[in-house]
Amino acid sequence: MSEVYDKLVPDPAADTKPFWDALHEGKFRLQRCADCKKVRHYPRPVCDACFSMNAEWVEASGRGMVHSWTITHHAFHPGFKVDLPFMLLTVDLEEGVRMQAQARGIAEGDLKVGLKVKVGFERVKADLTLAVFEPG
Amino acid sequence: MSLREAGAITGVGETKYMRGTDRTPISLAMEASLNAIADAGLKPTDIDGIIPYGMGAVAEDYVTNFGIADLRFSATTPMGGASPVASIQCAMAVIQAGICKHVLLALGRTGYSGSRIGNRVQQMPQFKTIGEFEMPSGAIAPPQLYAVMARRHFEMYGTTSRQLAEIAVTTRQHAIMNPRATMQRPMTIEDHQASRMISDPFRLLDCSMESDGAAAVIVSAPDIAKDLRKKPVIVMGIAEGHPDSPSAISQRPDMTTLGLAKAAPRAFEMAGVKHADIDVAEVYDCFTYIVMCQLEDMGFCKKGEGGGFVENGALGINGRLPVNTHGGLLSEAHMAGMNHIVELTRQLRGEAAVQVKDAEIGLVTGYGDLGDGSIAIMRRAA
Ligand SMILES: [Zn+2]
Repeated sequence: MSEVYDKLVPDPAADTKPFWDALHEGKFRLQRCADCKKVRHYPRPVCDACFSMNAEWVEASGRGMVHSWTITHHAFHPGFKVDLPFMLLTVDLEEGVRMQAQARGIAEGDLKVGLKVKVGFERVKADLTLAVFEPG
Repeated sequence: MSLREAGAITGVGETKYMRGTDRTPISLAMEASLNAIADAGLKPTDIDGIIPYGMGAVAEDYVTNFGIADLRFSATTPMGGASPVASIQCAMAVIQAGICKHVLLALGRTGYSGSRIGNRVQQMPQFKTIGEFEMPSGAIAPPQLYAVMARRHFEMYGTTSRQLAEIAVTTRQHAIMNPRATMQRPMTIEDHQASRMISDPFRLLDCSMESDGAAAVIVSAPDIAKDLRKKPVIVMGIAEGHPDSPSAISQRPDMTTLGLAKAAPRAFEMAGVKHADIDVAEVYDCFTYIVMCQLEDMGFCKKGEGGGFVENGALGINGRLPVNTHGGLLSEAHMAGMNHIVELTRQLRGEAAVQVKDAEIGLVTGYGDLGDGSIAIMRRAA
């Protein structure tokens, strides 16, 4: 953990804050419709299946399979220069939604659609924890 | 009721395309607009509708600079690079409704000298979702966000980087024959393969450039258009389309399908033409992959067959489907696709620098904001 964290940070609002609060406690939670129980991500006010605005937060497995990826070699923001090159995974989670995060401990040669991964937690500064994907 | 042939392109114009200027986007936009107005044989005060690009000069700037006494309509179509072509649809609707006679679409930008796109994207409200959930992980700029779509296409269909190189090389060949184009150095597939990796699988030469300049287009009522200075170019079919999960590519059920896949069938049906009727296509090319994906989404080939479709110079001036005859965003200039409308108009007037012989019918697409699409099918006047 560096003294100065100069990367982009989320600015959570009421609809999304429970996701970030959970990550910071080392828990992976997803938003779910309280009526029809459809899981949705990223968090938002309305269920697109039944139009209910009642939402709840459920503990998710954090397990999933790689859907696609990119390996970035050019920093588009100065804060990310130290990470280059970095691997960004888009993952199909068991709960039926996708999530995108950086990979940890995965070799480029092992990347393939369907590769099993799981969510890990990285506390990057005192008040922020980001999700990462680790070998599953 | 449909918008079929409800508008005509009567004037096109641009500034010199540059990489380096101390001029403002507003000054550039005014110059290109005056050129388009003169091309149509109109006076600036004839403009009664304005659809400016979402950044840079606003409608009020045109009213003030041109002394327009009674502007009857203004709007913006916030779809990034899909905006200019989508604005044609908006213009045709207000023309058909009798609100306007001559609608100006214009864009001026200092993409090279001013703020780079990676920085611009973070500030745009339509990117709020990925701003919170993806940008903190380092996924910030379009090359990274779109590379994931390309990688998925590679894995599903066996598409290769060399196939994307074919698009960059063909586009550069056109640019070299077009004096307006910025990029004039020949490019080979090997040059493309040797260019540095930006965000895998995109290399530097898969990416469009940043430019300073402006481009503008006049959409007029068809009955008035026929009496103006140049032969009008008639818009036969027009549509915009928005992809599934428009705010986050990561959540899109099929991330290899863009909003254009919804728009293209509507535009072809409205125009009443078939793919084989298209003599020339100006296809939004922020990245090589996006060209290939749109060719699939429009139905020039099946999903997954785009890599094979673009091989062996198929998109060249003498190929099976001449694409981006001006050099596109990859090699002419990044004018968010307004320059693609300018080019299609010139092709169908027979006055392009790299002219497709006897081009009668052509199309132009727009793409932007993580997957929005737009398409116009046009014909030359009889
Ligand atoms: Zn529901």
